[in-house]
Amino acid sequence: MNDPVDVLIVGAGASGAAVAWSLAETRMRIVCLEQGGWMNPAEYPSAGRDWEARAYGDFSPSPNVRGRREDYPVNDDNSPIKVLNFNAVGGSTVMYTAHFPRLHPSDFRVRTLDGVAEDWPIDYATLEPFFALNDRMMGVSGLAGDPATPPHEPPMPPLPMGKSGALFGKALNSLGWHWWPSDTTVATTDYEGRARCINLGHCTPACAQGAKASTDITYWPAARRAGVEVRTHCRVREITTNEHGMAAGAVYYDADGVEQFQAAHVVVVACNGVGTPRLLLNSASGRFPNGLANSSGLVGKNLMFHPYAQVYGYLPEETDSHRAPPTCLWSHEFYETDRTRGFVRGYIFQFGRGVGPVVEAVTSEAKGILPWGREHHAKFRRLSGHRMSMAAICEDLPEEHNRVTLDPVLKDSHGIPAPRIDYTLGENSRRMLAHGEARAREILAAAGATDICVNSPIPMGGWHLLGTARMGTDPERSVVNEWGRAHDVKNLFIVDGSVFVTSGGVNPTSTIQAIALYVADQMKQRLATLFD
Amino acid sequence: MTYETRLTADERAELRAIAAEIVPASDEYGVPGADDPAIQADLLATLGRDTALVREALGQLRTLAGGSFGALPPDRREVVAGALRATGGKAVATLSRVVLQCYYRDDRVLHSLGLEARAPFPMGNVLPDGDWSLLDPVRARPPFWRRTD
Ligand SMILES: Cc1cc2nc3c(=O)[nH]c(=O)nc-3n(C[C@H](O)[C@H](O)[C@H](O)COP(=O)(O)OP(=O)(O)OC[C@H]3O[C@@H](n4cnc5c(N)ncnc54)[C@H](O)[C@@H]3O)c2cc1C
Repeated sequence: MNDPVDVLIVGAGASGAAVAWSLAETRMRIVCLEQGGWMNPAEYPSAGRDWEARAYGDFSPSPNVRGRREDYPVNDDNSPIKVLNFNAVGGSTVMYTAHFPRLHPSDFRVRTLDGVAEDWPIDYATLEPFFALNDRMMGVSGLAGDPATPPHEPPMPPLPMGKSGALFGKALNSLGWHWWPSDTTVATTDYEGRARCINLGHCTPACAQGAKASTDITYWPAARRAGVEVRTHCRVREITTNEHGMAAGAVYYDADGVEQFQAAHVVVVACNGVGTPRLLLNSASGRFPNGLANSSGLVGKNLMFHPYAQVYGYLPEETDSHRAPPTCLWSHEFYETDRTRGFVRGYIFQFGRGVGPVVEAVTSEAKGILPWGREHHAKFRRLSGHRMSMAAICEDLPEEHNRVTLDPVLKDSHGIPAPRIDYTLGENSRRMLAHGEARAREILAAAGATDICVNSPIPMGGWHLLGTARMGTDPERSVVNEWGRAHDVKNLFIVDGSVFVTSGGVNPTSTIQAIALYVADQMKQRLATLFD
Repeated sequence: MTYETRLTADERAELRAIAAEIVPASDEYGVPGADDPAIQADLLATLGRDTALVREALGQLRTLAGGSFGALPPDRREVVAGALRATGGKAVATLSRVVLQCYYRDDRVLHSLGLEARAPFPMGNVLPDGDWSLLDPVRARPPFWRRTD
């Protein structure tokens, strides 16, 4: 039996790392249980000649394809969008693309402004200091002065525009549409022990150089220096409760597969929008028969992904292709609601730079634009290095039938029930996807692109996992309160993307981490009355 | 048991034959076909987790060919390869991917494309800064994010 700790954090990803680092200054005894291990950058794909191929195997973003021992399977057969993640210290930030926009102020007020979904119990102004703190901790590159977003000062200059940025910029200027260099957590100067990016160009499946901020190289070293313990290869099966209905600790399997119990005064769950509801549902007990913290019945419901409309084409000119980080520019032209478009809310465009030769060949063959046989070579030479690609990241509205439940059959390697996803695209999302596709075609036409290809929604696009334990002031309509504490269990906190009330139309990690820092700050301010 | 030995000699021969149909050698571009021995060796050595689906695709190929695909005359091979591709499905997609992912990392092929045959790390690449004056019209726009107060 392990000695009790003050704070037990489950999950060492984007949010778990941020909350651990912030709480460390209290000098409480803090332990984080993480089912994955520490990654070794020397073994990352970009360090080897098979760098592209590994994205189809052991570095696939899909846990079902990857099948590493740290992964748990996900039954996502009943969803057009498949769940993606990474399970290690650093969590999915090991495998994210590092595009780092913030939610807009309007995202926190969707019911008031647009009459859909629900307002958040917090607003942009509440999170603003935590966005800024997180930008410093992760190391954000970007350019101040974007007219589409509230003012902020990224600590590093933006990534170079490159050839692709200039090509997009010209096309967007000809249409009179907004664009701006993206905020990204790729270091453009030497920063806090990280060297500036040397353009390996293969950011998503982990950065061998360490220029991309994943929390194993940002928050975790600082949190560990401050005394937080990370216990790796420890998979939590359930959170137990005591006779007072408070969380007592967690039952987990250690690196040797031995069942252990860790008692704790406070439990913080940071397992992401699929892992967290799975854990809460697996923690059902006599007192909490529908799962822990689930008196509202909303644990697992309202799953939001951000459906992506990806559209790309080919220019006569060369693009940056695989020789630069995929993060390049964004456009917020279609972000805020305009009802004449036939839908509410909106999306940003994320503009990429192209792909390497293997991905070009494989995806173009699959799309039918790259032939087999004699014509193959000539066509490949017109495609390779010429791709101009973008994606509309569409706001997904919360719908209760989109949900995470426990699969009755599928289990992970420890015999723990796996999550099952049931998800359908809403009508608002469909219209938004169609709008995004049409605008993207206009951008490509303005640039002179041909061979247009569309993936809408991107099937392998469930990288944003949101909404499955949402925050709110009403215990009947939300799982955690406005500062992240479970309504039903007063020493249980949730800090990951599960707490999102609505999804916004931007990549969520900047906001997820700002929320984690905000919840930690609230906990610190209320230490004496935390369980009242 | 290594993965390579999981494909029988017949299957390996069929894999070589269909690889040549997917990407044939080209004198014009000075490149080998995907049936080149070095590319095939790479393919067999790294087939790993894809072995079962590739075997399934080769089975489909045999069915379409009515026997050995490699033994068909060239014009017939082209027709059968086209039919296999049209069949679609996960197995055929995997077969095509493993061929392409080994082909497009071969040194000779990369050089013919003007690409360096190396891992991205540690050398990286140079990214031109670009023309930031392009941003001037956007800088001139007034703030347009939606106010909530
Ligand atoms: C391919 C890809 C690209 C992406 N690109 C971007 C991008 O450009 N921008 C952006 O903003 N976001 C991006 N994301 C999403 C981003 O990675 C996530 O939003 C973010 O990491 C979520 O943070 P989190 O803390 O909620 O969960 P995670 O970072 O996923 O961390 C959860 C952690 O919990 C652990 N865990 C889960 N269950 C258990 C258990 N039972 N016991 C012990 N440990 C457990 C997991 O192993 C994991 O380490 C991308 C994701 C992927 C997969």
